[in-house]
Amino acid sequence: MESFFDWFRILYDNTGINLPFLYDSYDRARMWNGFLMTIKLSVVALFFSVIIGIIGAWLQNSPLKWTRRIVNGYIQIFRNTPPLVQLYFFYFAIGALLPKVSNGYGGEVPILGGFAWAAISLSFFAGAFNVEIFRSGMEAVPKSMTEAAEALGFSRLQIYKDITLPLAFRVVLPALNNNLVNLVKTTTLAYAIAVPEMLYESNQIWSDNVNVTEMMIFLLLAYFFLVGVLVWGMNRWERSLKIPGFGT
Amino acid sequence: MNWDDSMPMVSIKDVHKAFGDLEVLKGVSMDIKKGEVVCIIGPSGSGKSTLIRCINALNDIQQGSILVEGQEVNDPHLNKLELRKKVGMVFQQYNLFPHKTALENVMMAPIRVLKQSKAEVEKTARALIKKVRLDGKEDSYPGELSGGQQQRVAIARSLAMNPDVMLFDEVTAALDPETVGEVLLTIKDLAEEGMTCILVTHEMNFAREVADHIYFTDRGVIVEHGSPTTFFDEAKDPRTKEFLSQIL
Repeated sequence: MESFFDWFRILYDNTGINLPFLYDSYDRARMWNGFLMTIKLSVVALFFSVIIGIIGAWLQNSPLKWTRRIVNGYIQIFRNTPPLVQLYFFYFAIGALLPKVSNGYGGEVPILGGFAWAAISLSFFAGAFNVEIFRSGMEAVPKSMTEAAEALGFSRLQIYKDITLPLAFRVVLPALNNNLVNLVKTTTLAYAIAVPEMLYESNQIWSDNVNVTEMMIFLLLAYFFLVGVLVWGMNRWERSLKIPGFGT
Repeated sequence: MNWDDSMPMVSIKDVHKAFGDLEVLKGVSMDIKKGEVVCIIGPSGSGKSTLIRCINALNDIQQGSILVEGQEVNDPHLNKLELRKKVGMVFQQYNLFPHKTALENVMMAPIRVLKQSKAEVEKTARALIKKVRLDGKEDSYPGELSGGQQQRVAIARSLAMNPDVMLFDEVTAALDPETVGEVLLTIKDLAEEGMTCILVTHEMNFAREVADHIYFTDRGVIVEHGSPTTFFDEAKDPRTKEFLSQIL
């Protein structure tokens, strides 16, 4: 392994192509941690944005007028404003209002750090789109299907959980796929509040090594790979959910 | 309310129902006793389906009273779950849950709604599938079954809730002619076992054969009713005569 890494040092010496995140153990650790941070942020935001989508779509059909209004207001706010502005809003505006806690060395730190705010902000951002995506799927489930469940005595929640949602889910997977791909790419915004994810760490490395071109090419490839894995997984999932004889 | 089975199982009195400005039921009354098989026939748009959908509260009514085993359906505080335990319904388009196998379709409601144990429900469900002559199809998805087979699963699904009354809403209208017979046979079995059945149907020969009582509706009112023999052979009202001359 060490000789593999050394090869990139030789590459640099001979050609000037500088990839310190491979041959330098310090930069290697930074890059690796950045990569893991991007994955961690993606997974957390993916998870909560889907949960928000599922719950939001359910609340959107609530018999209570104000519940529906609040959900629609949420969607409008988070869909019609830039995610970077949302992130700054959470981090600087809301973050400043929250109490600070002792860091154990006599100083004080905000109760929520950059990672937490990025995860919250991105979940709400993508969640707003997910609510609309799930709603479109629910509308594709024939009303006669929910009526049959109603006639069997299912409650509204049971119908949603057991019939509408599983059927809607299959309809919306391609659209959900799109939104989640966007979400993974949007995690780079966390750079703006100094969350040490992949873009942030790359910036650190190119500032120290003045190898912007190499780092940019690497970043593009790295995200291409990351999103590719997600798309591959989602497509497999879509196929595994196929119901014999249903749809096309 | 005290109810015993010498009283009508379903008692409909002066029911009025309108969709917006369109008055569909204009004062319909009928009594159905335990074990009776009642067929409702009439031209399309005469309110037949609306009437039986009102019996299990899938449609609400504006005026009048529907008592099911003494429980008033036209009541804003109606306990729908109690009502739907007593009344089973089968639809024209079967409305099976496409993501569940035949067996799961039959098992779902008793497990979810009645909270019965899975092992027990499975035993009953397998017996019911056998009863509708579909043994061997337990693990097929609705999309893999013919219309007639799906409709028989739908009947089994309804029976799994152990209802006291079964409603059949034009259950053979969407079927290929060659599969109509198998569904009618299943209903006939049920009728002979003493199940109280209310059917909306266009199958005149079937109505003549199984019904204890026939109601003829036109434009929201009951025009004529009687036993099959008197109804088909000695119809008095000109509207009934015209309808019968067109279809017989």
